[in-house]
Amino acid sequence: MRAPLSNLPVQFDEVGIVAGGVTILDSVSLTFTPGAPTVLIGPNGSGKTTLLRAAMGLIKPTHGRVTWAGSDLMPPLRRAIVFQRPTMLRRSAAANLHYALANAGLGRAQRSARAAELLGLVGVSELGERPARKLSGGEQQRLALARALARDPEILFLDEPTASLDPAATKAIEDVIRAVVARGIKVVMSTHDLGEAKRLADEIVLMHRGRIVESGPVAAFFSEPRTPEAKQFIAGELLV
Amino acid sequence: MSGDHSALELVLTADPALIAIVRLSLIVSLSAVFFAALVGVPFGALIALTRFPGREGVIVVLNALMGLPPVVVGLAIYLMLSRSGPLGEFGLLFTPQAMVIAQTVLIAPIIAALTRQTIEDLWIEYRDELAAMNVGPAGRVATLVWDARFSLVTALLAGFGRAAAEVGAVIIVGGNIEGFTRTMTTAIALETSKGDLPLAIGLGFVLMTIVVVINALAWVARRGAERYAG
Amino acid sequence: MLTRRHILTATAVSAILLAAPAALAQDKSIVVASTTSTQDSGLFGHILPIFKAKTGIEVKVVAQGTGQALDTARRGDADVVFVHAKSAEEKFLSEGFGVKRFPVMYNDFVIIGPKSDPAGIKGQKDVAVALKTIKDKGIPFISRGDRSGTHIAEINLWKAVGIDIAKEKGPWYKSIGQGMGPALNAAAASNAYVMSDRGTWISFKNKGDLVIAVKGDKRLFNQYGVMLVNPAKHPHVKKELGQAFINWLISPEGQKAIADYKINGEQLFYPNAGDPSA
Repeated sequence: MRAPLSNLPVQFDEVGIVAGGVTILDSVSLTFTPGAPTVLIGPNGSGKTTLLRAAMGLIKPTHGRVTWAGSDLMPPLRRAIVFQRPTMLRRSAAANLHYALANAGLGRAQRSARAAELLGLVGVSELGERPARKLSGGEQQRLALARALARDPEILFLDEPTASLDPAATKAIEDVIRAVVARGIKVVMSTHDLGEAKRLADEIVLMHRGRIVESGPVAAFFSEPRTPEAKQFIAGELLV
Repeated sequence: MSGDHSALELVLTADPALIAIVRLSLIVSLSAVFFAALVGVPFGALIALTRFPGREGVIVVLNALMGLPPVVVGLAIYLMLSRSGPLGEFGLLFTPQAMVIAQTVLIAPIIAALTRQTIEDLWIEYRDELAAMNVGPAGRVATLVWDARFSLVTALLAGFGRAAAEVGAVIIVGGNIEGFTRTMTTAIALETSKGDLPLAIGLGFVLMTIVVVINALAWVARRGAERYAG
Repeated sequence: MLTRRHILTATAVSAILLAAPAALAQDKSIVVASTTSTQDSGLFGHILPIFKAKTGIEVKVVAQGTGQALDTARRGDADVVFVHAKSAEEKFLSEGFGVKRFPVMYNDFVIIGPKSDPAGIKGQKDVAVALKTIKDKGIPFISRGDRSGTHIAEINLWKAVGIDIAKEKGPWYKSIGQGMGPALNAAAASNAYVMSDRGTWISFKNKGDLVIAVKGDKRLFNQYGVMLVNPAKHPHVKKELGQAFINWLISPEGQKAIADYKINGEQLFYPNAGDPSA
């Protein structure tokens, strides 16, 4: 397969998404460029998941445009997403990776080696032959991460990847994310955990009711929040 | 199959006529399941995964066709395969092939309708992942059908049960010819009409035993496969 | 995953499944449309193996009522038709669907009824009078109602005593539209009278409380005839093999095979191929 065109930058131009009469995203404008991780934070229902899915190209905006390297019709060839509750195919863990690799265009001869490499990267090497649906929550999350990486993405979206995991599993995932970042892949993730945001983010984007309230470098965001919502959120108060 | 023996005697002595009848029943019904699946599974999956005008109507009709009366199917196929009918030149009437054709037509809607429901339910779960992995239409059908394989086996068993149990279609297109197109159900109908009710009931038990065995084999196969692939 | 290998295997298996029976059908065989009485009485089970051993020809019998058998032949779905309703057979010939009619054998009809004989007709020598008695007393009577030879004979017997049964029937007359076996089953279950051919009656296994009430009237005589389906109308008819079967049926050997068929020592069918008036 020939090297596909780049996805980056991913640009949101006044994007609005309305479904069933409900406004889920409202006038969202931002850009994802190659570089350090961006972390989306905000209360439930603020639109984080929808933003990630729109950036992945799974939802068409009702208003505005989402473009990848300037084009609004870019097949998802070098971008990938890990959903909050990933769905495993009814086959072994390794077979799941083989499937993703085949879909990404990797030749049959190289798939086994690459699958083993990815399993090792996310730390589930011994689980290759196990039925993927029988793995634990943390193991499935890691496998989903490996599956996303199988697509050799430039940009990787992660929707609350550690939301339902215990601290040990959380650490494992965060380590993988750091390794992914180190490879030069742009990571855009959402999280509930402010600590995790501080640990992983370079840029923070705070969302509330479908809008971007505030964004900026992580250190500045937490030390000198500018908006009242940001101040409340950091203080641990409920944003309604 | 002499009428002076009970069904049990025929089983225990491996009566050749009984064996021939059982064999034909299995060949006809299993072949029908095979062909009906070949047509019905992709068709059901396609309906599940595509949007087109009139889709809801197609689904309603497909579900309704699950209740096709066997004798009506038999009559329709008879008229088509008769020498005086459009497909008469193939000389298929009163042969086992005609019986396979009739039963395939009878059970294909069952398999298609159950496939559609299964795949549509699974699609809700898989939709985002497959879209994110840029899987095309053919890939989606193949992936969902494979992942739904255990539920689809149940659909096939439903089709098999319907085929093995029916008599209306096979007796009209097959003619219940001794040694040639006589199946378990048509033999039971014949023995009943000859007044040999004990033999007819006995054959009924044999038939049900066979169907149970087939279901048990499918169950064992499924458990084995599930343990392997989850 | 569905691979090319799977698709090739499926195609190969399909081809085999469809072809195998077809290959068998090319061998020497004919389709004979006949009646349930010849099948259910076991006659074919007795004589056909003898014919096959002699000629190697497989006779596939599709057993229906006379009317249905003649219609099957009209459609060209049989090579030979072997039924027992002379008037219907002659109509078939006059329409050009048959080549020639050969009488083969006869048996007789009997009136079957409950042992308790509610109509009081047991031993009655005149069958038409017996039927009239049943009608006048309104005793339950089962009719085959399926245009079979038996059904046609029954209608003619009602006519013989001046009754147009289609117009004059009442709730006592139950027309079931099925073969001899189901008719006998229905009579046994509802203590009714029914007209049956003797062959089916003798070999019937669910007699219950039923016995022969009326027999021996010459009008109960039941003649069987055989015809080759006309190749002029249906060119695919296997005329040599079909004619071979007809020739055997009316030959001394075939006639003897028919006469030799007995149940409990009782002969069911009487060969009369040589009778020009049959």
